[in-house]
Amino acid sequence: MTTTTSPLIPAAAPRQRTHYLNANYGVLSWLLTTDHKRIAILYLVTISAMFFLGGSFAVAIRLELVTPAGDLFQSETYNKLFTMHGIVMVFFFLIPSIPAVLGNFLIPLMIGARDLAFPKLNLASWYIFVFGALFSLYAIVNGGVDTGWTFYPPYSTSFSNTQVLAAGLGIFITGFSSILTGLNFIVTIHKMRAPGLTWFRLPLFVWAHYATSLIMVLGTPVIAVTILMVALERTLHLGIFDPALGGDPVLFQHLFWFYSHPAVYIMILPAMGVISEVVTCFSRKRIFGYEVIAASSMAIAIFGFLVWGHHLFPAGQSTYAGVVFSLLSYLVAIPSAIKVFNWTATMYKGSIKLDTPMLYAIGFLGLFTIGGLTGLFVAAVGVDIHVHDTYFVVAHFHYIMVGGAIMGYLGGLHFWWPKISGRLYPEMWARVAAVIVFVGFNLTFFPQFILGYLGMPRRYHAYTEEFQVLNVMSSAGASILGVGYLLPMFYFAWSMRYGAPAPANPWGATGLEWQTPSPPVTENFPVQPVVVDEAYEYAKGREVTVV
Amino acid sequence: MSGFPLFPEQASTIAGRVDALYFFLIAISAFFGLLIATLVVVFAVRYRRRSPDERPKAILGSVALELTWTLIPLGIVMVIFLWSAEIFFSMVRVPPGTMDVYVVGKRWMWKAQHMTGQREINELHVPVGVPVKITLASEDVIHSFFIPAFRVKRDAIPGRYQTMWFEATKPGRYHLFCAEYCGTKHSEMIGSIVAMEPAAFQAWLQGGTGEVSMAAAGERKFQELGCMTCHRGDTEGRGPNLQGLFGRPVTLAGGETVPADEGYIRESIVNPAAKIVAGYQPIMPAYQGLVTEEGLMHLVAYVQSLGGNAGAQGGAGALGPGGASAPDANAAGASPATPQARPSAQPVPDQPRQ
Repeated sequence: MTTTTSPLIPAAAPRQRTHYLNANYGVLSWLLTTDHKRIAILYLVTISAMFFLGGSFAVAIRLELVTPAGDLFQSETYNKLFTMHGIVMVFFFLIPSIPAVLGNFLIPLMIGARDLAFPKLNLASWYIFVFGALFSLYAIVNGGVDTGWTFYPPYSTSFSNTQVLAAGLGIFITGFSSILTGLNFIVTIHKMRAPGLTWFRLPLFVWAHYATSLIMVLGTPVIAVTILMVALERTLHLGIFDPALGGDPVLFQHLFWFYSHPAVYIMILPAMGVISEVVTCFSRKRIFGYEVIAASSMAIAIFGFLVWGHHLFPAGQSTYAGVVFSLLSYLVAIPSAIKVFNWTATMYKGSIKLDTPMLYAIGFLGLFTIGGLTGLFVAAVGVDIHVHDTYFVVAHFHYIMVGGAIMGYLGGLHFWWPKISGRLYPEMWARVAAVIVFVGFNLTFFPQFILGYLGMPRRYHAYTEEFQVLNVMSSAGASILGVGYLLPMFYFAWSMRYGAPAPANPWGATGLEWQTPSPPVTENFPVQPVVVDEAYEYAKGREVTVV
Repeated sequence: MSGFPLFPEQASTIAGRVDALYFFLIAISAFFGLLIATLVVVFAVRYRRRSPDERPKAILGSVALELTWTLIPLGIVMVIFLWSAEIFFSMVRVPPGTMDVYVVGKRWMWKAQHMTGQREINELHVPVGVPVKITLASEDVIHSFFIPAFRVKRDAIPGRYQTMWFEATKPGRYHLFCAEYCGTKHSEMIGSIVAMEPAAFQAWLQGGTGEVSMAAAGERKFQELGCMTCHRGDTEGRGPNLQGLFGRPVTLAGGETVPADEGYIRESIVNPAAKIVAGYQPIMPAYQGLVTEEGLMHLVAYVQSLGGNAGAQGGAGALGPGGASAPDANAAGASPATPQARPSAQPVPDQPRQ
C-alpha cells in the first residue's frame, strides 16, 4: 500500500523526536496508558514471562524423560509439571501471543487508525489477563494442578486433590480478556479503516486477525461455561459430568473441545497472517491469490468449529459421529493446504532475501506443513484409534502450535521489532537463533512421531525401556531449542540500548505501518493516510496474471 | 537402553490394515512435504535478490492453479477418509463368535475376568485366532485400554460400558497401556496381553483355581440382592422376565426400541428409571453405588447366560420393530434351563465358555 500523502516522514528527523515510547515516562504512564502500542508492550512483557515459565516446566519434563524410570521427580510432581506447562503455554502464552502483542500494536497502524475502537477496554483486557494469570500462578505456587490442561472429569471434579479451582478460575477470567480483545478488533476493523482502505485492500494480517477474533468471541464463552460447570461440580457436587453424581463425563469432552479445537486456530491463524506479510516483503512480490488466502482464513474459522469430535474417537461417541467428524476434519485441512501453496507460489519469480523474518517464515512453511500433514494421520479415524493419546499427537500439535504459531510469532517480532522499538536487532545473531530454533525443534519433536506410533502414551512419568533412545534424542533437541529461544531475549534487550536507530521502513515493505516513523508517534500518523492501492503493491504497474 | 525400534510389532488382524494406511499417509506426506521444501529451497536460491533495486513483476494469482491445489488434495483426503472409515467400521463392529472378557479399569490397575471365572490383574491371556470381545468399565475416572501391537484402543469410561474387540495373530507377550491420563500412577497402569495358541490357552483356562463362572457368580448375586422377587421366570413378576432377553430389542414406555445389550442391562440395574420397559411401573430402586462394577458384570453375564439373541451387536434387527420383546412374548421361556431358541443363527457367547 502506498498513500497519496507519501512523504509522511519528515525529511530530516529532529534529534529528539517525540514518539510513543518517550512521550511520557513513569510507571503510571504505562499502567494507565490507553495507547494500543504501549498496551502491546505490556502484553509482550507479560506473555514473555509466561513463556519462560511454561518453558521451564518443559525443561523439567524433558529432563525426567531422559531415563525410562521416573527417577527425577515423583509422579505427583511430574503430573503437575506437564499440566502447568500446558495451562501456561496454551492459555497464557499461545492464545494471547500474536493477537495481543502484534495484533494490538499493528492493526490500528495497518488500517490507518489512531487507536483501537475501545482503547480503555483494551487496557482492561490486559488487566483482566494479568488478574487471571495471577489466579493460575497462585495455583502453581500453592501446590500446583495435576489434571492435565484438559481438566477431564471425573478426575478433575471428584478425584484430584490439587488446585483445580484456582487454575480453572484463572482460565475463566483470562477468557474475558480474549473475548474483549476479539470484540475490539472486530469493531476496529469494521469501523476504523482509513479512507480508501476497502476490505479487499486490507493486509492479510488483518484478515487473519478478523477470523481469529470471530473465534475468540464465539468460542471463548463455551470454555468459560464449561470451566464454571467443573467448578460447580467440584464445590457443590452438582451432577454434571461425574457419573457417580448422575453426570456424563463425555459431555465435558464435547464442550471442552468445542472451544479448544478452534483455540488451535486462534493460535495458528494470526501466525498465518504474519507469514503473508513476511513472505511478500522478502520476496518483493504481491501475494499470490489474495482473495483465496483471505477466504481460507474465514473458512478455517468456520470449519474449525465443526471438528471437535475428532478428539473423541476412542471415547465412546457414536460410530457415525466419529466418521462424520473425520470427514469434517479433512475439509478443514484443505484451506490450510491452499495457504501453503499460495505462499510458496508467492516466492516464484520473486526477489528473495533471507533475512531473519524470512528464515522464520520458511521455517514456518516447513514445520507447519509437517504439522498439517500429520493432521491427516490423526483425522483418519482408523489410524487415530492407534495414535490417540500417544506421543504422535503430542508431536503433531507441537508442530502446529510451536512449529507454526511460535515460528510465526518470532518471525513477526523480528519483522516489526524496528517499528516497535525504533532499533535494529543484530541480524547475524538473529539468523543464527532462527536456524538453532528450527534444528532444535525438529530434533525435539520429530522423534516423538515415531515414539507415538510405537505406542508410547502421553503423560507418562515412566516408560518402558525400548522408548529411551528416541526420548534422549528429544531431550537433546529440547536443550538446543531452549538456546534458540533464549537468544532473542538477549539481543532484543541489547538492541533497545545499542541497536542502530531504525528507519521508518527498513525492509522496504508496503503497508501503512511502514509509512510512519519508527517508533510511531502516539497518534500513529501525523496526517490521516488515504489508501489508493491494493495490499502488497511491490511492483506497481507491473502486474501479470498467469493462466 | 535396549534396542532402537522404529516400528511396532504387528500382532492382530487389524494391525496390518492400519499400517497399510499409515504407510500410504507417510508416502503422501513425504511427497507433499518434499514438494513444498524443494520449491521453497529452489525459489529461495534461484530468485535470490541480486540487487537492492530489483522489482519483480507481480503475479496476481491463477484460478487454474488454485483449483488444482484445492481439488487434488481434496480428492486425496477423501480417499484417506474412506479408507480410514472402512478400517474404523471393522474395528467397532464386533464379529460373531467372540470370546468375551470383562475388564474393569481402576486407579491404577486393569482387572479382567473371563466368562469361566478366571481373574487376572494387569494381564490378559487370549487365544490366537479367536476374536476377543472386551466389555470395558471403569470404577473411578476415565482410563483407556491400549494394546499398541494390536493397534486398538478404547476408553474405559465410568458409568457406562464400552466394547472393543481384536483377534491376535501370533503368540507373544504385548504391552497393555493406560492411554488416558488417570492421576498419580497413570504410567504404572500398564500390563501385558499374553496371546497363546488355542490349545495352550485352553490348558491355561482349565488350570484356574476352580473359580465359579461369571454367570454363576452373577446368579448368586441375583439371589443375594433379591432380584428374583420381581424378575421372575414367568409373566407374573412386577419386573420384566429376563429369560431370553439378552441382545433382543426392548420396547420402552415411550415407544422407543433399544437393544438389550450389556450397557442397557448395566444401566437398568444402576439407574432403572432411565429406560422403563413398556407395560411396567418405574418401581425398581436404583442400585447406583450399591454394586461394584465387577458385581454388575457378573449380573450382566448372568442375564447373558439366560439366553437371547447372540451377541448384542447386530442382533437388534433380527426381530421386527415393535413389541416382540414385551413381557408376554418372553413368557414361553419359563425356565432358565430352556432358553428361547435364538432367531439368529449365531451361537455366539456360549461357545468359548464350553
